[in-house]
Amino acid sequence: MSALLQVRGLSHHYGHRIGCQDVSFDLHPGELLCIVGESGSGKSTLLKTAAAQLTPSSGSVRYHQRDGGWLDLDELSEADRRRLAREEWGFVTQNPRDGLRLNVSAGANVAERLMALGMRNYGQLRDIARGWLERVEIDPSRIDDAPTAFSGGMQQRLQIARTLVTQPRLVFMDEPTAGLDVSVQARILDLLRRLVNELGLAAVMVTHDLAVARLLASRTMVMQGGRVVETGLTDQILDDPQHPYTQLLVSSVLTT
Amino acid sequence: MTSNYNFAFLDENTKRMLRRALLKAVAIPGYQVPFGSREMPLPYGWGTGGIQLTAALLGPDDVLKVIDQGADDTTNAVNIRRFFARVAGVATTERTTEASVIQTRHRIPETPLREDQILVFQVPEPEPLRTLEPREAETRTLHALADYGLMHVKLYEDIAQYGHIATSYDYPVLVDGRFLTSPSPIPKFDNPKLDHSPALMLFGAGREKRLYAIPPYTRVESLAFDDHPFEIQRWEHQCEMCGSDESYLDEVVVDDRGSRMFVCSDTDYCDQHRAEQAA
Repeated sequence: MSALLQVRGLSHHYGHRIGCQDVSFDLHPGELLCIVGESGSGKSTLLKTAAAQLTPSSGSVRYHQRDGGWLDLDELSEADRRRLAREEWGFVTQNPRDGLRLNVSAGANVAERLMALGMRNYGQLRDIARGWLERVEIDPSRIDDAPTAFSGGMQQRLQIARTLVTQPRLVFMDEPTAGLDVSVQARILDLLRRLVNELGLAAVMVTHDLAVARLLASRTMVMQGGRVVETGLTDQILDDPQHPYTQLLVSSVLTT
Repeated sequence: MTSNYNFAFLDENTKRMLRRALLKAVAIPGYQVPFGSREMPLPYGWGTGGIQLTAALLGPDDVLKVIDQGADDTTNAVNIRRFFARVAGVATTERTTEASVIQTRHRIPETPLREDQILVFQVPEPEPLRTLEPREAETRTLHALADYGLMHVKLYEDIAQYGHIATSYDYPVLVDGRFLTSPSPIPKFDNPKLDHSPALMLFGAGREKRLYAIPPYTRVESLAFDDHPFEIQRWEHQCEMCGSDESYLDEVVVDDRGSRMFVCSDTDYCDQHRAEQAA
């Protein structure tokens, strides 16, 4: 099976500082890849660079389109980049308030991407929005409430609904469960696992939580100081870490 | 006419700059063209954009009409009309049919316009997306890419909150199938008059330093949803002065006991209609 996203020697520098350095990976359709590492290890930079939100200092990202052709993200025009981000990709931010439009209702948030794709039937938009609120376990009767009236966990679920409503092929997630309490985290992870399976979408997820990787990801990449130090099947990495840093990371998880 | 000023107040180079910008605006219907807005002898928000456009358009033989919310006799209209009578010496009129240039704030005259007339709008906020997207660089990109899904978010919110599209003025339009455009704060009652209008329509925003145009006979669509089509306001009343049941009505409070009456907002139309009925 051919890869969906092909990343080769990708680097992004902030001036003299390294954001991420010489990262390569393939992401296959239906696969969930986790990027783990401590704070400041370049996870989010890598994610944003791969999602074409940051311009790479060197290296390339190629995306396999629905029609079978390869798209080099470097050569993408702004119009194409936005079209891709709107129609085929999704991006879930760590802070739902960054990914949501806070001054409009939950329903409008979910329906926005559909309207951007040209859907112009209000009744239909409402039905789809209600359906998606239900899928992310938000009471559909709250469709007209402002996201600011939602709890943090609900906001995050709303952001997930808003992102997945157009059925993207590829979703980038930047610590979607960070900053939420443990029970809420569990629900969101459960939800994500279900949706990823149902929709068969590929996802790259950044997290500092190894439990999240264990629960969701088939493959995991470990980053330190902007470089990938270890990569492989999640179980393999977590049960039999090879690199000293991964060993440290795994051993530092509290076990109860 | 006072001789202390250049004809129509602005110097010739400024008028030339404005005319160049206007030509560009006409060439790209609905596109907001930046221009070097000048300090005018009245404050921003009182029609500085419209006045500069009018100054650039006027010739000695023009006949100027100025309306404010449809009325010829309100402060803004009277002052701007008197201003141009003084600095350009042009003839002024209150009759829509006699005017060659009509500067307007917030209305389009009820009397159908002709090909030899120009309508100049005063615009407070030329960017229809501004309330949804505060960044200028971003709104320009959205215009460049014709990425207008955002505008429907606002209409969606209207229906979700009020059960119908509650936006009643400054109702967003798509000009020539391309540029999302603010029609200035005219009531949506006037939106259908923009579509395929025989008269040239020019829009000037002095504070925002933008002007744009809807050339004659250009397609202008008001945005809507398939199942919530665009609708204009309707009244259960008729004008109490002239009896018209097809013009835009103002509700006027007439005493301190809550009595009110409905009258045409277009004073010239009301006068003409009354004269017709008296005859």
